[in-house]
Amino acid sequence: MLNLVAINAAYIVAAGLFIFGLKMLGHPESARRGNFLSAIGMLIAIVVTLLSEGILTWYWIAICAVIGSIIGASAARLVAMTSMPEMVAVFNGFGGAASLLVAWAALFDAQGLFVAITVTLSVIIGGVTFAGSVIAWGKLSEVMTSRAIVFNGQRIVNSLLLLALLASAVMFCLEPSAQSPYLYGVIGLALILGIFVVIPIGGADMPVVISLLNSYSGLAACAAGFAINNIILIVAGSLVGAAGIILTNIMCKAMNRSLGNVLFSGFGAVKTATKVEGEVKPISAGDAYLILEAANSVTFVPGYGMAVAQAQHVVCELGELLEAHGCEVSYAIHPVAGRMPGHMNVLLAEANVSYDQLVEMADINPRLPSIDVAVVIGANDVVNPSARDDEGSPIYGMPIINVDEAKTVFVLKRSMASGFAGVDNPLFMGSNTRMLFGDAKASISEIISEFKP
Amino acid sequence: MDLMFIYLALILVLAIFLGFELISKVPATLHTPLMSGANAISGITIVGALLAAGGSENTTLATWLGAAAVVFATINVVGGYLVTDRMLGMFRSRTDKTDE
Repeated sequence: MLNLVAINAAYIVAAGLFIFGLKMLGHPESARRGNFLSAIGMLIAIVVTLLSEGILTWYWIAICAVIGSIIGASAARLVAMTSMPEMVAVFNGFGGAASLLVAWAALFDAQGLFVAITVTLSVIIGGVTFAGSVIAWGKLSEVMTSRAIVFNGQRIVNSLLLLALLASAVMFCLEPSAQSPYLYGVIGLALILGIFVVIPIGGADMPVVISLLNSYSGLAACAAGFAINNIILIVAGSLVGAAGIILTNIMCKAMNRSLGNVLFSGFGAVKTATKVEGEVKPISAGDAYLILEAANSVTFVPGYGMAVAQAQHVVCELGELLEAHGCEVSYAIHPVAGRMPGHMNVLLAEANVSYDQLVEMADINPRLPSIDVAVVIGANDVVNPSARDDEGSPIYGMPIINVDEAKTVFVLKRSMASGFAGVDNPLFMGSNTRMLFGDAKASISEIISEFKP
Repeated sequence: MDLMFIYLALILVLAIFLGFELISKVPATLHTPLMSGANAISGITIVGALLAAGGSENTTLATWLGAAAVVFATINVVGGYLVTDRMLGMFRSRTDKTDE
């Protein structure tokens, strides 16, 4: 049996390992060891807790930990890299749910106003995180529509929900007990609020939502830490909370929108873009091959469409063939390409693209005018010049990858439907743009077969 | 109790500042593994779940709540760390590739 001092000392070691682990996650060479360190920290925290005086029986712990480990390990092993966003969404939700339950259970041991307030906070944040993450998972895995769900009076409904939630929370705190009907009210309303907060957000805005839910799952753990007076929950929870907030901020900046704008407005409802008139110039895979074969520098610009078409492996193969021809190949990645921060990087890394070829938007833009061919695969808004030039466009002001400045642009596209935000893209009519219609994976495979005699 | 709260609040403030400092230096390439790694850390709530699930000899409502929390938190912890490791294993530099 360990006493409180020994346990808290071990928690400090665990906190140190989390901090070092996060620091090492900042470099590709050290990231894997960093994650390992952080896992060791978690193991230490778990083991000393199990050895503490507070644990009287291991019976339920053993059963539940085995169930959880099996589910977690198989999910981690089996998930496809393209499905990573929904996986992270679900894990966020489970973290939130666990914090909600921990705070609720804490009411059986401790009483008082301070405990009641922290329990309420933890239950609200945990509940919103859980329900919001389930909806985010539904949207990302296309179990439900990924479009924004908007209805009349949505703001009024949300405000009423929030008011009811606050009222129940106050009533509960005035007379806290684990079986208080107001507690059930707080839990129920937090879950409903979580659903309503996420349904009006469209698929293309998901990177922001996932980052925010990630932050919430940390804050929920942090609030639970206050409820049960536990320092490791507070430290680890607030580290995660801070990480999520930073990522949320980066995503919002990359879309030139405020967090409030992402959360509370259905996209594109206010302004209409100037319709672009012009003719698109299609190209065949054979002609595309001739141009690529002569190019000295090629940059690939992937978007969510690449993930949908599962084209990352053929893209990488084409990149390697081009390099073998003496061509300089890079991959330009917009911060919000895909459905979560860094989504495209993971897909390309899986397809064996080395990370020094993955270039950020700020680094590729100055180089684009000297690049021979920019190949856009399943990206639309992040390469749309109207974000730069057309003040009427709903995405005006969003930083983009200036592919239109490259000498030649190939756009791989299934057909001439407009992009996710429903705005027309003048890039498609550009004088140096050639459209390669069809499934991205099939089109690139065709180009590859031209390379092989 | 009051002084305890001040200590906890101090820890909170320092940890948040530290988090901001650590994370703002992570390159965009690693944002997905960073997020899932941070997500695994948020599974720290498992500590509270263990205390709730094992805190009483009798099976009470608190035990049930704790037990459910253990399941959720273990999925979060085990799955989060493993999937992050799997992702990071894919990130290779040009020199790593030629070594193979």
